[in-house]
Amino acid sequence: MAIELLYFASVREAIGRSAESVSPPSEVISIADLVAWLASRGGGYAEAFAEPSRIRAAIGDRFAEPDQPISGAREIALFPPVTGG
Amino acid sequence: MSASLCIDVRTEDFDAGAELARLEALGGGGVASFTGVVRGGNGLVALELEHHPAMTLNMMTRIAEDACARWPLLGVTAIHRHGRLAPGERIVLVAAVSPHRAAALEATAFLIDWLKTRAPFWKKEHFDDGSSRWVEARKEDDDAAARWERR
Repeated sequence: MAIELLYFASVREAIGRSAESVSPPSEVISIADLVAWLASRGGGYAEAFAEPSRIRAAIGDRFAEPDQPISGAREIALFPPVTGG
Repeated sequence: MSASLCIDVRTEDFDAGAELARLEALGGGGVASFTGVVRGGNGLVALELEHHPAMTLNMMTRIAEDACARWPLLGVTAIHRHGRLAPGERIVLVAAVSPHRAAALEATAFLIDWLKTRAPFWKKEHFDDGSSRWVEARKEDDDAAARWERR
């Protein structure tokens, strides 16, 4: 099933787009799997996700941990640690 | 009694005085606030703030509701700007009103500490030599937020 991905800040700039629709293979179970799968695309993706420990995620409008399953998710955002305030 | 929440994400400036006057009018007696302003220096010409529009208001509302669950507050205000801001411009206002000054002051510290670490905003600095860089998350901010974790 297609998932809408949103990219923010340095992740968005490295990839060169702010959103895209993807259909990951069935072995992509968790947020961490998704990040690794995207990084394997190389180029800007490899750059954006070079340090997976520095990537944060949200499923819908809730933050999600790396081990959280993505099944059923319609929209997932990937971004660096937040720096507002 | 539920507290009066004023949560806003916007590009335009806000009137901090008017926002505080609104909290004063709730009758709690003690209003505390924190205003974040773009710091100049080191050739900074602008601060660009990006956010996750579908998520920001909900996260800010949850943080404000959490503050109301922890302290006896009559009202909470949290306003955060996004877009391109010059040095000296206001970025954020958080404020709380309570019958007790300690509650108002602590809730205000809690609001800005959690906003900095849990609201989906990112800052990019632009300099007068044309360069720019994303602001890195700071460990001190994580430490400040961690002190409010439920013990």
